[in-house]
Parts: sequence; structure tokens; C-alpha cells
Amino acid sequence: MTLHVKNLSCIRQDRLIFRELGFSLSPGSVMWIKGKNGAGKSSLLRMIAGLLRPVEGDIFWNDQNVREEPDSFVGQFHFLGHQEPLKPVFTVYENLDFWSRFHAGGRAAVDAAMDAFDLQRLRDTPARILSAGQKKRTNLARLIASPAPLWLLDEPLSSLDVHYIELFTHVLEAHVSAGGMALLATHQEIGIPSLETLNLDAAKGAVS
Amino acid sequence: MNSFLCVFKRDFSLAARQGSALTMTLSFFVIAVTLFPLGVGPELSVLARIGPGVLWVGALLSCLLTLDRMFQADYEDGSLDQLMVGTLPVEMMVLAKVLAHWITSVLPLIVITPVLAISFNMPADSLPVMVLALFVGSPVLSLIGSVGAALTVGMRRGGVLLSLLVLPLYIPVLIFGVAAVEAAVALLPVAPHLLLLSGLSLGALVVCPLGAAAGLRLAVE
Repeated sequence: MTLHVKNLSCIRQDRLIFRELGFSLSPGSVMWIKGKNGAGKSSLLRMIAGLLRPVEGDIFWNDQNVREEPDSFVGQFHFLGHQEPLKPVFTVYENLDFWSRFHAGGRAAVDAAMDAFDLQRLRDTPARILSAGQKKRTNLARLIASPAPLWLLDEPLSSLDVHYIELFTHVLEAHVSAGGMALLATHQEIGIPSLETLNLDAAKGAVS
Repeated sequence: MNSFLCVFKRDFSLAARQGSALTMTLSFFVIAVTLFPLGVGPELSVLARIGPGVLWVGALLSCLLTLDRMFQADYEDGSLDQLMVGTLPVEMMVLAKVLAHWITSVLPLIVITPVLAISFNMPADSLPVMVLALFVGSPVLSLIGSVGAALTVGMRRGGVLLSLLVLPLYIPVLIFGVAAVEAAVALLPVAPHLLLLSGLSLGALVVCPLGAAAGLRLAVE
């Protein structure tokens, strides 16, 4: 399982965001996408998730172009945007249960996910009254609730306190050491060994 | 298939828990329709004449009230992105949401229609045809509406634009729906009208999810 990005360019509202970006990601590695605000971190993740069409360039999953063979890629990744897709009238459990079933996971995985992010106490709390950090944790728990080899994480650490940042780091490390991979766009430092870095500002697209 | 049912059940229970959608459309329908007898006077022959048209127009307008929420809430909290990157094809996801919309917002209107029809002095024989015509024709309302809702999802005040986009496309359903009931009143065969209505529904069933999915792909870009 490898993700391979070739010559990717992004134009938003007639403005060039980045061009000729290329990198590959193999199992067991995490890539930290760095860049100033507006450097195209979110756009890059949305492109890989298939939500944004690249003006140029291709994305390959296992050497298959994801635009030509979308079936080989769907269900292989989790995309975490900066919004929390939680329904206010549903409880934490119901929200997680829905997303896990939607991505074809199982009920057991929901409980494991709630344990991993310390959410059992909030199990029957409606998402409407959760704090920002609690919402973030519920959103992060979706990663465990249905397994996928590739994680695309857009600002996963925002509104988490130090304790939960450490907890998330452990979860990410466990995922990576089990052969998973992750693309991480964040401004905060994260203590993970063997972190590759992709700087969107510096070399307009070259891996540093 | 599993994910399809899953999206349908989620939308259904969201509508059931929030409850406002159902009570709003139903009370709008009842109030809008009862305004007509007050406006045109209590003459029974006139009411029986305009009854089918008023009920159909009332149903079209009530259906519009909830259409703009079909994708809006999911767009705002980021759920739409997630729904679109899953294993379920976007077209099927649209269909699941349309089905949930039809059952929660349109079906209740059909159920209450006979009661309102009686208050319009419509002949009792025409009531089953009225209900049947709504039953086979109204899926078009949700289906065409889904295309409009998908195209206006990113707009802040898309509700009015949605009505302008969608209402002209409802005209064929309105014409054949009313024609079916009038044929029943005149004791003429109703089958051709009902067949045309179901033809419209089946056509919309094929075309509209594709259109709505394309609209949603544009909206999330």
C-alpha cells in the first residue's frame, strides 16, 4: 500500500496555491505538511480525499490512478477536516456508531474508539452540549471506529489540551507501527519519531 | 446497501427527533389550503371545482419548505464531505436522503389530504384517485428538489433561488396530478394520467440523483 502524488498543482480562485508537488508515502510513515496559512495544506488533503479536483497532476494508490480507478481507493482512507461532522441531537455514541456503520465498521470498534479517546463518560451526552475539545475527540475517535490504512488529518490537534495531544500522539504511533500511514497538516509540533516533512512554502512543492 | 440504509435511517431519525420539519410542513399545508375557502367564499360548487388544484399547489409549496435543509445542515457541519468520501456512491447517498425527505415531509401531506379534500366538497369517489395521484407523483417533488437543493447548498440564502429553480420544473406533475383528479370527478378513465405521473417519477428517479450528485461535487470544491 503506497500513496504516490505526482506533479500536483492547485489553483483556487485564479490564484496559484502550489504547483508540481510530488511525494510518496509508504506504510509506517507519517508526513507532516507544513506551511503558512493559505499555503494549501487543506487543499492538498481535500485533493487526495477526492473532494477537490487537481488542475494538474495525479494521485496514485498502489500504482493505480485514483481518478481512473476510484473503487480501489474509496474506503482506504479517513479524511478529517477542520469541521466536526457531528449531529447536535445525536449522542456521542450515536454519532460514532453512524460513521462507523457508514464506513462499514462494526459495533465493537465504536467502543474501542470511545475507550481510546476517553469518551466513555460522554457516551450518552448529546453532541450539542460538548465543548470544542470534546467534539474534536469524538471526531478523532472516528479514526478508530472504522479502520482505514491512510489517515488524512487536517488540524487534528486544535482545541485539544496537552494531555489529549499526548493521547492522540500515542494513537497515531500505534496506527503507524501497525503499518498505517498518515498525512498531517498542523501548526503544532508533534512528538513522533521518523516524521517526514513536506514544506509547502519553501520549495514550492519539493520534499525537504 | 448497508451504508444506504444507514444514511436513510440517520436522516429519518434526525427528522423525527427535531420534529419541527413535520409539524411545520403539515401546518403550513393545512393553513395555506384552508385560506382558499375563506378567500373565494363558501360556495360549494366553486370549492369542488378548485379543490384538486389548490391541494396540489399546497403540497408543492409545503414540500419546498423543507427542501433547502436536505443538504444544508450536512454542508455546514462538514458531514457532507464525509458522506461524499465514503464507499457509498454519491448518487445513492442522494437517493437515501431523498427517500428520507419524501417519507418525513411529503408522505404526511398525502395522509392528511383526504380530510382537506372533504372540506373542499370534493366528491368522495375522487378521494382515492387524489391520494393515489399524490402517491405516485410526489416522489418527483423530492427528486427534482434534491437537484435544486444540491445546486444552492453553498449559498447563504439559497431558499428563494431554490424555489425559483424548482417550481417551474414541478409544472408537469401539477398538470397531470390535477388532470387525474378531474378525470375521476368527470367519471373518465384516470389510468393514463396516473401512468404519466408514474412515468415522471421513474424518469426523475434515474436523472435527478445524477444531477444532484454533480451539484454536490461542485459545492464541496
